[in-house]
Amino acid sequence: MAKADFEVPVLKQYPEIPEIEPGVMAHSSPFKAKAEFQAELGFPGELVDNWQEKAIAKMGDLLGRYRSLRVYLDACVKCGSCTDKCHYYLGTHDPKNMPVGRQDLMRKVYRRYFTLAGRFFPKLVGAEDFTEEVLNDWYSYFHQCSQCRRCSVFCPYGIDTAEISMAAREVMDHIGIGQKYCNEIIGKVYKIGNNLGLPGPALEDTLEGLAEDVYDETGVEVRYPLDEEGVEILLVTPSADFFAEPHVDGLIGYGKVFHEAGVSWTLSSYASEAANFGMFIGSYENMRRVALRIREAAIKLGVKRIVFGECGHAWRVAYSFLNTLAGPWDFLDPRYPIPQHICEFTWDLIQQGKLRLDKSQNDDMVLTYHDSCNVARASRMGDRPGGQFEIPRAIIRATCNHFYDMDEDTIRDRTFCCGGGGGLLTDDLMEVRVKGAQPRVEALNNVMHEKGVTHMAAICAICKSQFTKVLPYYGMDMDQIVSVHQLVSNALILTGQVTDEDEEEAADEAA
Amino acid sequence: MSFISTIYAYLFYFAAFMLVLGLAAKVVQYARTPAPLKIPTTPAPTTRAGVAFRITREVVFFESLFRGNKWIWIFGWMFHFGLFMVTLRHLRYFIDPVWAPIKFIQPFGIYGGMAMVVGLAGLWARRFLVDRVRYITSLSDHLILALLISIGLSGLSMKFIAHTDVIRVKEFFQGLYVGHVSTLPADPLLLVHLLLVASLMIIFPYSKLLHMPGLFFSPTRNQVDNPRERRHLAPWARRLEQQQ
Repeated sequence: MAKADFEVPVLKQYPEIPEIEPGVMAHSSPFKAKAEFQAELGFPGELVDNWQEKAIAKMGDLLGRYRSLRVYLDACVKCGSCTDKCHYYLGTHDPKNMPVGRQDLMRKVYRRYFTLAGRFFPKLVGAEDFTEEVLNDWYSYFHQCSQCRRCSVFCPYGIDTAEISMAAREVMDHIGIGQKYCNEIIGKVYKIGNNLGLPGPALEDTLEGLAEDVYDETGVEVRYPLDEEGVEILLVTPSADFFAEPHVDGLIGYGKVFHEAGVSWTLSSYASEAANFGMFIGSYENMRRVALRIREAAIKLGVKRIVFGECGHAWRVAYSFLNTLAGPWDFLDPRYPIPQHICEFTWDLIQQGKLRLDKSQNDDMVLTYHDSCNVARASRMGDRPGGQFEIPRAIIRATCNHFYDMDEDTIRDRTFCCGGGGGLLTDDLMEVRVKGAQPRVEALNNVMHEKGVTHMAAICAICKSQFTKVLPYYGMDMDQIVSVHQLVSNALILTGQVTDEDEEEAADEAA
Repeated sequence: MSFISTIYAYLFYFAAFMLVLGLAAKVVQYARTPAPLKIPTTPAPTTRAGVAFRITREVVFFESLFRGNKWIWIFGWMFHFGLFMVTLRHLRYFIDPVWAPIKFIQPFGIYGGMAMVVGLAGLWARRFLVDRVRYITSLSDHLILALLISIGLSGLSMKFIAHTDVIRVKEFFQGLYVGHVSTLPADPLLLVHLLLVASLMIIFPYSKLLHMPGLFFSPTRNQVDNPRERRHLAPWARRLEQQQ
């Protein structure tokens, strides 16, 4: 069990709504970005002198540019429907982690400076001046939101706290207070091409290694190409897929699937990152700049299709925003979705009977599936609404014999975030990450006891990294989290592959 | 009494003016603010008709609230549906001749009034009993509940305790259409009732009552899920593209 200098929540058999404990998470704040990284993104390096004036001006600017922000700050009636829906509230008990509590941090400033009632009767409507104390609360609590949108499902007006958190981070960036983790990562994408700062030669090395591993295991030459021009498909995947466990097992799986499909494909060192942290900090400009790298890579490599690897927030930006940010994609093949999710690609092949799958290869595991928040509530797969829930499950059922869902209240569009999304996957936020994982881990724990589940599959790089890190705090094993395409990879029998059965038969014949 | 009637006449002209203009200004503001990104909460409809159906379910049945919290849903829906029936019942004061369906629903309007008060009482009780809701409640939340419940109680009192001369009330409002001030009955309950209703009309565009127009403009609810098929671009984002 991992050691913690805070209290790890106790897992219960039935979920409980905790009583509020005001202020218990006020101390949780991420490290601030250094001046050089702020400058890279076009933000001031440190808190500007007239920060209050600047912040309010920026709020006004955003209110004029985002209907969501304007409507959501006006519309809340404080009904309370969202109050027990956020995993960070359930795990920390801090009422400022209730969606409405978090929104109110901005709403009270909005009311004070932008509404008649707040200007004349601030006390009456809970309006407050934008003081340094309020700013500290902003920095602390707007970095305890993973922008998972669970609150927006249950709000009668669809108020999405993610929109408010993004706007708050954008305002703070513009007065010189940025978050180290997100802003440094975006800087790395601009300089090197991916979040982890892996340069081209390192990627090439890794990919060669993967091809060798697959050859050793299967006797089939599966290629993992980088920067190859004139191929059919550009694969854009989170950079964690290049080396982290269990992510890399997913990448091996994508390569095998492409191999069996008989399509040529490539990764790009210039666009070697699917995740777009520009979304986390609510910066349209930075999000667009990151997204345009994919467009440039696609044009340079002359591909006809774009496929995205397993990554939750990345798929939101890809599915929902890529056409807006970096379109129009009129140079790609219109017969395929632009962009396409690797699960859509694999499921198509399975339906066509083009993949030979041996489910028993995954018999050492009893699986459940974690719907990653941004895939579940901010995107789609396939032609029909809800395909984002059905397609990954269909792939798991086609590759595994043993699969059980977790409690209905914790899956599909009611899924809980892993606790590490939205720019929180950093060690300086470990407490909120562990506590925020509690509702998901609780549901996992229950299905482990009731159904004998041993492993949880996911299609998000953040989820995989987060669970690898936090499961041990709850007394579970870090390798209980697996990639969906790892399951595909295990079950897939490549054309020409020598399997154990073949070997046995050969041995029998020889004898 | 004619002095008070004159004051009430001006009050209602003013209240109607504030309500219509304030609400129109807000609706125009919402409509003119772009939604630069596709953010429907998924699974979402893939057609405009599907979106209309989704919004209708939210408006009529409070679908998301139903999924979120059954107590708030029961009380909230009782209050809103009751208020709707009450409003229909009150239309008889504002139209002449009274339409047949409005005549038909008159008795249901009474039940609506009761449901409205019970629903409001339930919602108010939650503001004291549930610690999470108590935490997010500000003074204005209490005041709006007090205002609405007082409107309901004063209205019901005129039905069950002390009747007022409804013929003259109707004459008063019909007169306002043509700028003629008829005398209101000098019943304290009626005057309180009307004063509170006018206050509600005035604060509507400046309070959380904006949730009503807000729902129709909520991008997570009113957007079609078709970003891969159709490029969505806000005017300011288009300008950003053209700069580079």
